[in-house]
Amino acid sequence: MLTLQFVPYADIEHLDAQGRIAKLLSIVKDDKIVLMQGRLRPEEETLLIQRTMEQIADEFKGVEICTIFPQEKDLQFLKRIKKEMVKAILGNRDGITIIGPANIVKEIKRDINKIELFTKTTISRPSNIRVKRRTAKKPARRRAKARRRRR
Amino acid sequence: MIRFLKDFTKRVLAQLFQKKKHIKLGFYGPPNSGKTTICNRICKDWLGEKIGTVSKIPHETREVVMKEKVNIKHKNRELTFNIIDTPGIATKIDYEDFMKYKMSARASKDRAKEATKGVIEAIKWLDDMDCVVVVLDSTLNPYSQVNITIIGNLAARDIPVLVVGNKTDLKKSNVKKIENAFPQYDVVGVSAEKGSNMEEFYESLFKLLK
Repeated sequence: MLTLQFVPYADIEHLDAQGRIAKLLSIVKDDKIVLMQGRLRPEEETLLIQRTMEQIADEFKGVEICTIFPQEKDLQFLKRIKKEMVKAILGNRDGITIIGPANIVKEIKRDINKIELFTKTTISRPSNIRVKRRTAKKPARRRAKARRRRR
Repeated sequence: MIRFLKDFTKRVLAQLFQKKKHIKLGFYGPPNSGKTTICNRICKDWLGEKIGTVSKIPHETREVVMKEKVNIKHKNRELTFNIIDTPGIATKIDYEDFMKYKMSARASKDRAKEATKGVIEAIKWLDDMDCVVVVLDSTLNPYSQVNITIIGNLAARDIPVLVVGNKTDLKKSNVKKIENAFPQYDVVGVSAEKGSNMEEFYESLFKLLK
């Protein structure tokens, strides 16, 4: 079973960098995938890597992390200023950050517009789904031979 | 005349007593992207000796290695660098991955432990760099969080960055994809192993340090 834990920005807003990383890592070490509102600052991302490396052991292999955020290329000047002001007052809540334990999340593939999360757990097939078995067809020459024999 | 003499003595004294500043050029990137191979290529070109060993097994470089006073000449310009090869930055290290390369469990665990320390050391060195070359494997997807984290950190620290797409000799290589991922940076495609396109690399490096 996969557990996704949502961490709203309000939950980490009051914490400093060390506190934020400690909180996120404690969730990940409980074998849960974190869905965090907003993004970590660059220095927080490196701190997350450092703290992760310090805690690596046989049972904790590290984390997979991925952030997606809206592209702000086409924003008008005034809209951009408005957005920057909101960011300065309320913090950077744009985007979403996914952090998963490496023993569960095998890989997070990201492209400009999508995220693909590959897990290590195998998903079993429900019993009510039947798979039709296909038998390989005999080659044409063998079929003709068999027909001739029957005659 | 007096002013000229004053300036002249000041310049001579400065040259005599001021310690010559060498540019600290760091090589950062994920594991197995070819950081040491590029460093070896540069050091062999200008010093005649290698900086470290390379291997197919990830995390071969587990300590920061520095080669001092590497004089690089390019188009009538000469710069002196301290070349700093760093361990590959990763968010996970699994000792079982090393066992796939026929390493013993003990040796794999030791390698993993050293690799974790190497990553921490590499991050600590970020503040000391004057200029950084981010080495990426051009056959892989550049949109990985490690790449974004490294480049984002360098941008936050105002450190000049040159992105290198290595392994262009391989069929799957796609430097265009790296250019699309990091449009704000100069991207150079090279094959450090074959030594191809190194001229363009030096050109971009000198342009960055204008």
